[in-house]
Amino acid sequence: MNAIRTVGAVALFFLRLIAACVPALRRPSLIVRQIYNSGARSLIIIMLSGLVVGMIMGLAFSDMLARFGSESALGVAAGLALVKELGPVLTALLFAGRAGTSLASEIGLMRATDQLTAMQVMAVDPMRYVAAPRFLGGLIAMPLLVAIFDILGLFGTQLIGVSVMGVDPGTFWSQLQRSVDFADVNEGLVKSLVFGATCTLMAVYNGYHAQPTAEGVGLATTRTVISSSVLVLVFDYMLTAAFL
Amino acid sequence: MSDASPTPHVVEVRGVRYSAGPRRIFDGLDLTVRQGSITAVMGPSGTGKTTLLRLLTGQARADAGTVRVLDQEVSTLSRSGLFALRRRLGVLFQNGALLTDMNVFENVAFPVREHGRLPEPVLRRLVLMKLEAVGLRGAAQLMPQELSGGMARRVALARAIVLDPEVLIYDEPFVGLDPVSMGVVLRLIKHLNDALGITSIVVSHDVAEVGSIADYSYLLAGGRVVAQGTTPELNASTDPAVRQFMQGDADGPVSFHYPAGDYIQSLLDASDIRPPRAARPARGADPIDQAAGEGRP
Repeated sequence: MNAIRTVGAVALFFLRLIAACVPALRRPSLIVRQIYNSGARSLIIIMLSGLVVGMIMGLAFSDMLARFGSESALGVAAGLALVKELGPVLTALLFAGRAGTSLASEIGLMRATDQLTAMQVMAVDPMRYVAAPRFLGGLIAMPLLVAIFDILGLFGTQLIGVSVMGVDPGTFWSQLQRSVDFADVNEGLVKSLVFGATCTLMAVYNGYHAQPTAEGVGLATTRTVISSSVLVLVFDYMLTAAFL
Repeated sequence: MSDASPTPHVVEVRGVRYSAGPRRIFDGLDLTVRQGSITAVMGPSGTGKTTLLRLLTGQARADAGTVRVLDQEVSTLSRSGLFALRRRLGVLFQNGALLTDMNVFENVAFPVREHGRLPEPVLRRLVLMKLEAVGLRGAAQLMPQELSGGMARRVALARAIVLDPEVLIYDEPFVGLDPVSMGVVLRLIKHLNDALGITSIVVSHDVAEVGSIADYSYLLAGGRVVAQGTTPELNASTDPAVRQFMQGDADGPVSFHYPAGDYIQSLLDASDIRPPRAARPARGADPIDQAAGEGRP
């Protein structure tokens, strides 16, 4: 029963958030600041992770494909895996851990120190001023982060696959260009938008409803990571099935 | 402050009942605040003083009774009506509640930026004037974390008056302040009230400090007003509860000790460190719970 109540509360909060996004769009400076906080500050971890994941794929895929005599398909395999699945999912999981926790704890602390109450008493709606810009910032930042993750991932795959495992670079890029089409990129884009909305919604919701205590803020942070991660994986399955 | 005075009421609370969960906070609360006065709302911790502020600002709604602020019934206001009313109120929070991602100047400018479209030079002058009024013009570029408790309270006061509110509500303005800062804040409350013609409601349990500037005081206990009057009238009261509070006695109608079993027996019974179950008070029936166990609803 509690779970149903929570789902309902999140859904209602989401609707309020959407309604608050319209007036929040009139404050682009607030949204830009949140894109910086959620996106730019996550760049290092996303770039490093993308590069390493690409390098791992370069090693693992080269070895697997070599068993079937298909090393030339390395570009296709890496490209499709990154653009359709690994890029959006891994970026979302990293985003939930880096930006999601930061958002949840920031908003939770604002509640604990009466900043949200002060806004309400000053006749300023915290949904418009605090929640909506953060939601929009995360929503915009996520596809950009996914694109950077994909690019660094492909670079890492090419680095290891071509330089270390001996795959022909011309074959690698031409196969990639021929096989990864707009529909695949579109799937990755849709997933990144959905995951961005999911992660930021969970962060903002949990922070906004945190108990105003140290323990409450910690709990909100933990809940953000857990709920975001599980929902990203569930939505990934559903979206993958929908795009088949 | 007698009812015969022609000065109109800006706040009227009549027969308010309010419960937070199973606990009754107010049970027939009545009080009024006259325009231009400094009215103190005092009482032991947990009597619902902060809850009263939440009722006045529409953050909480009474279960029964009426709460009228500036001639508007708060509980019947729509969201936009409530926001319009709040623009006419200023609230100083116990901890200041400054926005931590903005410096002092931006904190004070925040309500103006949100509700007005003043040209930047005019806004700058307005903010500097308010900061000058609280003696912190020189701290305009500091961040909230660089301020002492007293300074943060004064910045919050500048923010509270920046829209020239008709009613200014202070929630425990002296908590945690050193004597110098307390004196500064005390003088500021009096000065702002006199200079700007604001109606001030000061919620506090610092009897001596508030009593020195209040025109009229209410003493809350057990969910209702147990005494009211000017400071000399309250000081002269023979009511044991009023005398206990005004003189700060540990024991009286409000007991210092939380209800417990026999003290000696508890010390001897080393195997059970919990208080005897039978001695635990029933919520709502316990005087401490009613008078001192306030939690935020």
